[in-house]
Amino acid sequence: MARFEAYENNGGTCVAVAGADYCVVAADTRLSVGYSILSRDSSKIAHLADKCVLASSGFQGDVKALQRNLAAKELLYEHNHNKKMSCPAMAQLLSNTLYYKRFFPYYAFNVLGGLDSEGKGCVFTYDAVGSYERTGYSAQGTGAALMMPVLDNQLKSPSPLLLPARDAVTPLSQSDAVDLVKDVFASATERDIYTGDKLEIVVINSAGSHREFIELRKD
Amino acid sequence: MAGATDLPPKGGFSYDNCARNAMLVEKGLKMPGFLKTGTTIVGLVFQDGVVLGADTRATEGPIVADKNCEKIHYMAPNIYCCGAGTAADTEAVTDMVSSQLQLHRYATGRESRVVTSLTLLKSHLFSYQGHVSAALVLGGVDVTGPHLHTVYPHGSTDTLPFATMGSGSLAAMSVFESKYKEGLTREEGIQLVAEAIRGGIFNDLGSGSNVDVCVITKGKTEYLRNHQLPNPRTYVSSKGYNFTKGQTVVLSTKITQLKPKVEVTEGDAMEE
Repeated sequence: MARFEAYENNGGTCVAVAGADYCVVAADTRLSVGYSILSRDSSKIAHLADKCVLASSGFQGDVKALQRNLAAKELLYEHNHNKKMSCPAMAQLLSNTLYYKRFFPYYAFNVLGGLDSEGKGCVFTYDAVGSYERTGYSAQGTGAALMMPVLDNQLKSPSPLLLPARDAVTPLSQSDAVDLVKDVFASATERDIYTGDKLEIVVINSAGSHREFIELRKD
Repeated sequence: MAGATDLPPKGGFSYDNCARNAMLVEKGLKMPGFLKTGTTIVGLVFQDGVVLGADTRATEGPIVADKNCEKIHYMAPNIYCCGAGTAADTEAVTDMVSSQLQLHRYATGRESRVVTSLTLLKSHLFSYQGHVSAALVLGGVDVTGPHLHTVYPHGSTDTLPFATMGSGSLAAMSVFESKYKEGLTREEGIQLVAEAIRGGIFNDLGSGSNVDVCVITKGKTEYLRNHQLPNPRTYVSSKGYNFTKGQTVVLSTKITQLKPKVEVTEGDAMEE
């Protein structure tokens, strides 16, 4: 008898890059399973707070549940504390939420980007059960293995083991970082069958947030 | 026993490692995957010949291994064959049958027939019980007229007015089923084949990149490689990438003259 499958992989790739005073969060909008495309225009990005954006690939059923759960918790926090949640606070909340389901995990691979309390760009990267780390840039999803070496080469961050701790943010200007993100997505789309259709880019800085789209290959 | 194994190989496949490999798999070894052409291939019969079509993507799991490979294989001057399945198998089986057809033409002095290649293909595939994973669309024009066939990996065959194969076969067939009719012109035939292939390219993740077409009519074959290129790169960084010199430390330097220099002392250097 066929057993119930709790998970499915819907593919897609998420990237975030932090700068001195900005953060870029990007993800493609293809939703697929096996050799089929289910949607060419399905967002993986959730704007959880003013300065806090989450991009998630994996099983979009779990991703939607997770993102709505976090959005609800953020709203409660707002009512209780009369302020928006900071990005590092959301990072810890996401970790706790993932670990809470340690033995029946959310099949979601998350990258959280935003600005910290000092207005500096920050990126948090996760595994499916809540292990996380603050970094300067990160990629998650089916195209991550293709993109990460290019990001390492262009944005190489100091070792997290160095003492005193160095700044993890990347040296690029905001426009250069957006240009790099567009280019690595165009490249990954050439070689990863699960990445494509459209790229959604969210940029957060002191002026607020801005969203743009570019087209990717549709084959 | 030694006497039997000392004989020179007569050709065909060697099954020497099968028992060993089965044992290794049992012990948990992960066997390497093969290059698959998760493909869209099609063909149709029109007014005075056949049109074959293929996409140009080759994949290894979720990774695109080749963005512009050739899936329409030569069989004879008047017969071509589209291949889907394991790339090595489609390549090998079409090459082998193509050689047999050439020898047959030398022996008989006549043009090859499509049924001949069909029979050679299916008897080979049947004898390997589906282990040679080649799914083919065979088309050509011979003395008896235009012919189109599909061949499955186990050796069964079909004779059809229009056919599709590979992972994109459903997408392509939906185009054929809604638009194919008897007695298409050459231009209509090419257009319909290209549309069917594009159906596969855009709706099947195993297929992608460009459209290859081959038109075979009585006494003439046209191979339209990259007939359409519907998937250009969408973004190129305006700045490009620079890799500064001196990133790797030079520990020591030694220059060796590979060839002693020859000097011409007498006569014209260009003599003889």
